[in-house]
Amino acid sequence: MICEECQKNEATLHFTKIINGQKKEMHLCDECARDKGEHLPGSTGYSIHELLSGLLHGDHPFDQQSSHPSSSSRRKPLVCPECGLSYQQFIDKGRFGCVHCYESFSLKLDPIFRRVHGGNVRHHGKVPKRTGGKMQMKRQIQQLRNQMEMHVEKEEFEEAAKIRDQIRELEMKMENKEGGE
Amino acid sequence: MSLDQFINEAISPWMKKNCKEEDDIVLSTRIRLARNLENFPFPIAASDHSASTLLHYVSKVLSEPYDESIGKLELIQMNDLSPNEKRVLVEKHLISPHLAEESNYGAVMLSQDESISIMINEEDHIRLQCLFCGFQLNEGFVLSNGLDDWIEGKVTYAFDEKRGYLTSCPTNVGTGLRASVMMHLPALVLTKQLNSIIPAINQIGLVVRGIYGEGSEALGNIFQISNQMTLGKSEQDIIEDLRGVVIQLIQQERSARQSLLSHSRIQLEDKIFRSYGLLANSRIMESKEAANRLSDVRLGIDLDLIHGISGNILNELMILTQPGFLQQYAKKALTPAERDIERAKLIRDRLHLEKENK
Repeated sequence: MICEECQKNEATLHFTKIINGQKKEMHLCDECARDKGEHLPGSTGYSIHELLSGLLHGDHPFDQQSSHPSSSSRRKPLVCPECGLSYQQFIDKGRFGCVHCYESFSLKLDPIFRRVHGGNVRHHGKVPKRTGGKMQMKRQIQQLRNQMEMHVEKEEFEEAAKIRDQIRELEMKMENKEGGE
Repeated sequence: MSLDQFINEAISPWMKKNCKEEDDIVLSTRIRLARNLENFPFPIAASDHSASTLLHYVSKVLSEPYDESIGKLELIQMNDLSPNEKRVLVEKHLISPHLAEESNYGAVMLSQDESISIMINEEDHIRLQCLFCGFQLNEGFVLSNGLDDWIEGKVTYAFDEKRGYLTSCPTNVGTGLRASVMMHLPALVLTKQLNSIIPAINQIGLVVRGIYGEGSEALGNIFQISNQMTLGKSEQDIIEDLRGVVIQLIQQERSARQSLLSHSRIQLEDKIFRSYGLLANSRIMESKEAANRLSDVRLGIDLDLIHGISGNILNELMILTQPGFLQQYAKKALTPAERDIERAKLIRDRLHLEKENK
């Protein structure tokens, strides 16, 4: 059988690909398979990154112009100052270049995460032990502040004062911890 | 010595360990954590210098033994391997295709029993993977979590209070956890029930894939079920949701098997024994056919129709008959036609050996 891609060499790789439930028989020669990234199991051309990139592209139809470097000279393209990856490159590759990209593109990330993670934008899992104590206290303080504000709105000042004391206590503890570390 | 084992033995020692009788439907469990270090760009944006520094640093840190039962992890660098050797490690699920082909200064650290694989400079700096035989989500999670704590004590992970563990790809951010189980579901496929179950599974944030992950076809009725979402749920919830679905799938597969036995026993027996006959006698065997026939034989073993062959034969031959392994076994490069002949011979030999040992 002849390779369906180059129509020249003998096809050596025969496999079935399923895209969106559609089965497709493929017959490729080694060369074309390598070009298409098809020569190892699992490394089929249609990767999660392409899928993701497709999703991301569709995400900001109105932002496309402003974030595309060549199309707009008025607005500067969004670029991560640390690794130099532009937002457009992130969209194309579907991957961040470094930790700082998360801050650099932070305003645009919530819709993306929501889409990929079933509406979630915030982490609720494991916290590194090293930062664990402090971070958990911070979370607790934030929750108490919210409660305090609710009581103030309802003019329940006695309750609010009690919570304020709790917050102070926690803040003291946190300061001591920071000093001790 | 151990590199030899990693590359020449089809069956990883973990596949034989703690396997229970009821592991007839869930073949294996895998837990993967994606982690990155602060102060290093992700591999995709890393310079050669940065990638090699990271490799050196991480492999040094992980060279001390984690605990006595596990022992020292062995470092294998991708640059030191031939393309076929890398392929074999992919076929054994010890490394990813991405690490084998695209990584820069990529490496893997493996435990002696191959149940722990830590990839360095994959898509993320560290990809920690624990493999277990059968349905052992808890055991896998406990081990991977312990290893994660151990590594965390030595390096500074990239972590953000709002987003969790930061990863190169937005699909892994948060917990960085991908839990997956490999299931053999021949009766659900045969009774055409699986197609209607998959959309329901997708709806609760889980995905169903073929044996070699992303984009691969379900060879030999083997499916990989794993979580899609990594952000917003705790590790425990992710594991529990997966467990719930897997238990339901086990029950459905069992009842489909029973109904096949009671409604069309002779047809089922015919299918199984035909496949057995083909595997035991063929001279040319393509990989897809081999996978499907092996699935039938495994079903025959599970239903007590075929005796004297160990259930592990499916897992073992599925890996052994992959192109990389066949070539490693033959000690030379083989054309696809030669592979089909070699594959048929290997399966015949293996089944014969099984009979002799009994």
